[in-house]
Amino acid sequence: MPSDIKATDTKASDTKGWDRNQMAARAAEELEDGMYVNLGIGIPTLVANYTGDKDITLQSENGMLGMGPFPYEGDEDPDLINAGKQTITELPKTSYFDSATSFGMIRGGKIAAAILGAMEVAENGDLANWMIPGKLVKGMGGAMDLVAGVGRVIVVMDHQNKHGESKVLKACTLPLTGAGVVDRIITNLGVLDVVEGGLKLVELADGVTEDELRAATEATIL
Amino acid sequence: MKKVYGSAAEALDGLLTDGMLIAAGGFGICGIPELLLQAIKDAGTKDLTFASNNAGVDDFGIGILLQTRQVKKMISSYVGENAEFMRQYLSGELELEFNPQGTLAERMRAGGCGIPGFYTRTGVGTQIAEGKEHKEFRGETYIMEEGIFADLSIVKAWKADTTGNAVFRKTARNFNPPAAMCGKVCVMEVEEIVEPGELDPDTIHLPGIYVHRLIQGTHEKRIEKVTTRPAA
Repeated sequence: MPSDIKATDTKASDTKGWDRNQMAARAAEELEDGMYVNLGIGIPTLVANYTGDKDITLQSENGMLGMGPFPYEGDEDPDLINAGKQTITELPKTSYFDSATSFGMIRGGKIAAAILGAMEVAENGDLANWMIPGKLVKGMGGAMDLVAGVGRVIVVMDHQNKHGESKVLKACTLPLTGAGVVDRIITNLGVLDVVEGGLKLVELADGVTEDELRAATEATIL
Repeated sequence: MKKVYGSAAEALDGLLTDGMLIAAGGFGICGIPELLLQAIKDAGTKDLTFASNNAGVDDFGIGILLQTRQVKKMISSYVGENAEFMRQYLSGELELEFNPQGTLAERMRAGGCGIPGFYTRTGVGTQIAEGKEHKEFRGETYIMEEGIFADLSIVKAWKADTTGNAVFRKTARNFNPPAAMCGKVCVMEVEEIVEPGELDPDTIHLPGIYVHRLIQGTHEKRIEKVTTRPAA
């Protein structure tokens, strides 16, 4: 089942509040029984470990619904990978389709939610996670289609970058992946919703005070 | 009409011209037309534009054509796995047109269906939308994207019958059907060619009408990232 998926990188974040696994567990609470969901690379991949008894179907945008866990050693199949190009397995409920059909279901609003990482998020819901000009030119992959098409966009990321600067901003400085697309932000410090006029504090991470979260945030918190 | 050819080089004979636009199937290096790419390398065709989700890795897939400087431009959604690509792009030797992955897939599908343009919300408000027509539908803003009409399609399937009816395997299907559809001519490589009637007509993923030339070959099928779980 999806809950068996183990991501390669499970190291705990050394920052305050929730670690990576706790953030993933909190993000998993956003998912409801019966949902079709797309999980991004990084911390979002860990969310699959915390879905418990809920019947969640994971979409892999390279053409699969019902993504199973990594294979046992020796069972890897070069024809069966996820969107992160990792070897995976299928489940009894799995279906396969081509890329146009895959993004048809994304663009068509059939996928209930996407949980994605981010470089920056702004208080108006803008998201930047695909490019650092002059530095990093890997491409947006399916991220632009996902944030424009799915029902609900949930960002899971560290609240600050490695220089201690807020990643939750008044306005994004990097090229956007989508404008006004983010619904909820889950960071190591807590949970914020994008609402009219700014961000609304939904929840604080364990051991984090509201003052600490506000001090670590550039964006307007109502 | 005979569609089955003896080798990748034979199947591409007379189809390759410098500066052409080629649509290629595959996601990462999964389900790529590795034999046809090798044959294009051997043919030495230059100034190619590839519409392909990725650019392979340094020494496999489209990467082998980057090494020989046969590629002028890539239309792709993600090129992060290829160091030589980065080097050529950052030094200005290679043009790159980033397309969101779903937009790229739909551009191919649309081209193959005779649809010159379509509207999508993907990329609205981002640099992808710059210079593109914006239009309101039902209170939402969309941008127009154009169908891709390629000179040649190169794709890989699992099995096909001699008329080109093709079946793909698991996630190796990916961009192969839309890429196959959008070319004036489509050349397909498969792991096994069978006689008509051996594939169940109800399970054909790509009808043979889209496939003009066909070869059978042995595929390396390299894995980009092996990930496993501990034994139970």
